[in-house]
Amino acid sequence: MTTAVEAPAVRARSVTRRYGDRTVLHELDLEIRRGEFVALIGKSGCGKTTLLRTLAGLDALDGGDLTVPPSSTVVFQEHRLLPWWKVWRNVAINLPRGTARARARSALEEVGLGDHAEAWPVTLSGGEAQRVALARALVREPELLLLDEPFAALDALTRIRMHGLVRNLIARHRPAVLLVTHDVDEAILLADRVLTMREGRIAADHRVSAAARTRGDAAFVTLRAELLAELGVVEQ
Amino acid sequence: MSTPTIAAAVSPPAADPGAPALVAPRRRGLPYKVISWTVPVLLLVAWELLARAGVIAPNVLPAPSSVGTTAWRLTETGELPTHLWESLKRAAIGLAIGGSLGLVLGTLTGFSRLGEAIVDRNIQIVRAIPFLAILPLVMVWFGVGESGRYFLVALGTLFPIYLNTVLGIRQVDPKLLEMGRVVGLPKLRLVRTVILPGALPSVLLGVRLALTNAWLALVIAETVGAPAGIGFMATNAREFLQTDVIVLVIVLYALIGLTTDLFARFLERRLLAWHPNYHGGSQ
Ligand SMILES: Nc1ncnc2c1ncn2[C@@H]1O[C@H](COP(=O)(O)OP(=O)(O)OP(=O)(O)O)[C@@H](O)[C@H]1O
Ligand SMILES: [Mg+2]
Repeated sequence: MTTAVEAPAVRARSVTRRYGDRTVLHELDLEIRRGEFVALIGKSGCGKTTLLRTLAGLDALDGGDLTVPPSSTVVFQEHRLLPWWKVWRNVAINLPRGTARARARSALEEVGLGDHAEAWPVTLSGGEAQRVALARALVREPELLLLDEPFAALDALTRIRMHGLVRNLIARHRPAVLLVTHDVDEAILLADRVLTMREGRIAADHRVSAAARTRGDAAFVTLRAELLAELGVVEQ
Repeated sequence: MSTPTIAAAVSPPAADPGAPALVAPRRRGLPYKVISWTVPVLLLVAWELLARAGVIAPNVLPAPSSVGTTAWRLTETGELPTHLWESLKRAAIGLAIGGSLGLVLGTLTGFSRLGEAIVDRNIQIVRAIPFLAILPLVMVWFGVGESGRYFLVALGTLFPIYLNTVLGIRQVDPKLLEMGRVVGLPKLRLVRTVILPGALPSVLLGVRLALTNAWLALVIAETVGAPAGIGFMATNAREFLQTDVIVLVIVLYALIGLTTDLFARFLERRLLAWHPNYHGGSQ
């Protein structure tokens, strides 16, 4: 890692996005450093997916400036695997020919699915399919990895396992990460920074201390309560 | 307490689009097969017995065994194979013409608004004409030559393939298309890897319907002034009251229909091995 003068991976300045006459992103500012893991939480419909799609270049801007790295990929809430291709080909999709197969295989090994390379996507469980989607994203060695609630459809146990996996993979590949999630605990446990979003902007920015990453630690409890309060949730 | 989630309570997880659809398990067990074949076989036996007993006159409905004998005799003389070959050739050529036209036009309409504007209305208008209504016109246009018969078969196969191709392309999951964009697939590769495979189940359904139509068109085409083919055999036999030949031709049409359907299913199983509704998606 070099010094603080290094340009950030993502820089959004006054980014605006409208659907009809409804402004979803309202002069939003955001910076993500290289290799930084940022989680984004916010009420349903506040514009998280819209922001992520804008960063991914899937939607155009209606105003503002945006700099993103040339290589970015998205893992969506659904796995979006092509059902007519075997698992390994889904991972290898659009990779340079010669090494595609070998790279796909090693990416599958990394997510613990080496022996599923020849399986059809329909035969995978939800968690396995989502891991393949993760492998498909990571095999591209992206500088920016965008995750839109990738674990939301998984059961609690699988989700905990996915957290461990994602943490390891990201530590190894060091892309900048933006994780959209509804799960406050997940945000705290995985991210270096947790952002909350409100009315089309980033409302708050919390750095997560090392201590806060332990469930039950006082720092964890405090940060969690703070975040929930910002989202307007009061726990008895 | 489990992890508090902000919206999980209001928004249940979306249904997994890749999940296998609910289909009744195929009953392939022996009892099912035995039962399903019992009634047709019994009917056949009854027919044979009644015909032999003279209850059914031979010139109304000949016994199955006598139809079998006729089939054997006509095969030996080479008459049946010649006519059958003639009919199969017509069906194949007509289907090839109609099918590829339907596929190309359907792809045009499915892909581009301009293509749809140019093609679709015309197809819909022509499709509205009952098939038999244009028969006299076809005879005027093409006379007694082969091309008229190709034309009829092609016309009958074009529409189902066209319609199902358009439908198939429209039904391709936009989320998969977006995924293609995310991994940077160029346009043409996107068509080849996402759109066409996504449309394939629908196209193959179109092929199956087209096969049915092809035989229907052929029956019509061959019964009016064809010099050969199994339809000609039947018309010819009518002149001489050879009921056994007529029944034979009907049976042949049925067999051909069954065979082509089997072929279409085979294609589906091969090409849609990944599809949960066709082969369980497993190896
Ligand atoms: N294609 C679209 N056309 C019109 N409005 C849209 C479109 N996509 C999103 N919106 C609107 O933009 C707003 C933000 O949507 P977005 O999907 O970004 O919310 P979100 O924060 O991701 O919500 P959730 O947490 O429920 O996924 C919503 O009010 C939604 O109705
Ligand atoms: Mg969303």
